[in-house]
Amino acid sequence: MAEYQNLFTTVQATGPLHHGIELGQGNSPRLGQPLVSYWAGMLGNAQIGPIYLGTLGLASLICGMIAFNIIGLNMLASVHWDPVQFVRQLFWLALEPPPPSYGLHLPPLNQGGWWLMAGGFLTASLLLWWLRTYRRARALGLGTHVPWAFLSAIWLFLVLGFFRPVLMGSWGEAVPFGIFPHLDWTAAFSLRYGNLFYNPFHALSIAFLYGSTLLFAMHGATILAVTRFGGEREVEQIVDRGTASERAALFWRWTMGFNATMESIHRWAWWFAVLCPLVGGIGILLTGTVVDNWYLWSMKHGVVPPYPAVFPQVIDPALLQGAKP
Amino acid sequence: MNTSVFAHGLRLGLCTLLVLLAGCERPGMDTVQRGYRGTGMLQVYNPRIIEANADLHTAPTPLPPAPADGPKASVVFKNVKVLGDLSAAQFTRLMASMAAWIAPEEGCAYCHNPANFAEDSKYTKVVARRMLEMTRTVNSQWKAHVAGTGITCYTCHRGHGVPQQVWYRSNAQPYGSNFMGDKAGQNSPDPAVNLSSLPNDPFTPFLLDAQDIRVNGSTALPTGNRHSIKQAEWTYGLMTHVSQSLGVNCTYCHNTRSFQSWEGNPPQRAVAWHGIRMARAINKDFLEPLADTFPAQRKGELGDVAKANCATCHQGAYKPLNGAPMLADYPELIGPDSQAVAAK
Repeated sequence: MAEYQNLFTTVQATGPLHHGIELGQGNSPRLGQPLVSYWAGMLGNAQIGPIYLGTLGLASLICGMIAFNIIGLNMLASVHWDPVQFVRQLFWLALEPPPPSYGLHLPPLNQGGWWLMAGGFLTASLLLWWLRTYRRARALGLGTHVPWAFLSAIWLFLVLGFFRPVLMGSWGEAVPFGIFPHLDWTAAFSLRYGNLFYNPFHALSIAFLYGSTLLFAMHGATILAVTRFGGEREVEQIVDRGTASERAALFWRWTMGFNATMESIHRWAWWFAVLCPLVGGIGILLTGTVVDNWYLWSMKHGVVPPYPAVFPQVIDPALLQGAKP
Repeated sequence: MNTSVFAHGLRLGLCTLLVLLAGCERPGMDTVQRGYRGTGMLQVYNPRIIEANADLHTAPTPLPPAPADGPKASVVFKNVKVLGDLSAAQFTRLMASMAAWIAPEEGCAYCHNPANFAEDSKYTKVVARRMLEMTRTVNSQWKAHVAGTGITCYTCHRGHGVPQQVWYRSNAQPYGSNFMGDKAGQNSPDPAVNLSSLPNDPFTPFLLDAQDIRVNGSTALPTGNRHSIKQAEWTYGLMTHVSQSLGVNCTYCHNTRSFQSWEGNPPQRAVAWHGIRMARAINKDFLEPLADTFPAQRKGELGDVAKANCATCHQGAYKPLNGAPMLADYPELIGPDSQAVAAK
């Protein structure tokens, strides 16, 4: 007899296709005829669709497509509409925000106007999609944990592209849309504001990022380790009662003296993930607006100890008498 | 069946990984610790690249010295405007060396009309005369950068009429209409900035004009430093060029915990600071004024002359020719010590 395994699930249990429960008043119907995919079943549920799109989903997709097209067409124009160069240089191409000289004024289209427009549509798309996740969660009678976690990511996005540039009085402070260019922006941001590694909120954000991966690994490993007792099922479905989740808990109690509960582990994971962009966004928002040089700020407040000098003292030549400027 | 699917997937994954890594240098690097332990103040060298470029960074054998006595060059030859104080023998030795350094194929005829060496009919001769003045100025007035090692024609030319590594002002918007697609002077895989998407003409603002390279604030809290992140990208572009030209990491000059502070920085940072000013002076005082002398085919897209940056001399070495003291054999290339740099 075939053995039921979990990663990858090689035996796929398929039943009749679900269309889902009937939706109440004010909802549009779910779209698409559900189908079963063997490859989807290798990773998750084998059934694909139907999907609930609704007004918010449709509006979000339209705004997102407009932003995507503005960015893509600008990139294509920047390589003289050459599709080959578009593919070759794709990672280098970008839609840049306006030059700082425009401040918060409206720039010409080709000097950041397109960037503002793309950013506006992208923001609208994200907020509409956020509203959709909220409404769908409510419609299913769920808590709203997913929308609030999503909002944490949107917060960081808006700090980078909207709140901070507005506080700094210049759209030019914002991030370009592009693969390498946005990474260069990240490095330049740290260079300009005196090394972001000395920003305590950046440090917290990293702690939550790495913490999230650690918790995810611990939780994922624990549950997989007790799937042989049915531990990956809902508590009510576990075949060998008294063995699966209890063993999972006891493993941690006896290895490190303390263990999460079936509920608390998910709260930890949720908060770690949510706090990562939340505190990161605070750190970005303070940069340039409240603190100009994080290294100097950090040294001033004793955040890190200085280390011994190795090189003979070097004097800034710009301070020397008679040096050519 | 499932094992074979898994094995196929694994194989495909490994192949993809290999393809993605094909652009990288293979491991086996030499690292040299330069700063305090555990702070990442390391220099990383690829011994294979250093070995492959060894010939490029080797100085040529100097010609045997010529006697200083005998009639002066200015008396023996006509139209000698620089180095007329040398003896005719010394002058001839330098001219022969210059031919070997700059035009080993064409020889004297690269600059001189063979029928009349004295006339200035070839633009190359006019340029060469100005370049001699430049070399003498650098060796006497830019000791803060070139120290006693100095430079000769060979430092840049390496057997080519035009040094191999020069720059022209870039045509900022070669693509895109006025309507969309502005690259803002960046976002192309450009060799000038080591194929990054950083602003790819960091030379015009910093090595020709004197725009602010320093974008950092020197106070913890904001006190009026209005330099933008975009300006930081231009500085980053220039620094990428410096790093690439010298074949060194950022930590060769900087203690990278703070690019603003000078405390705990390697002394090379001050040398590089003077180097940037030297390149700027060379471009402004010597190369740009030759715009009318150079013919059109020697000029860039925007009609400007070839200009110098760090790579022009360094060509990938931390010191040009790995610090070989060529100048010691050609002391005539040191100009008069005009009250040092301070007077200027």
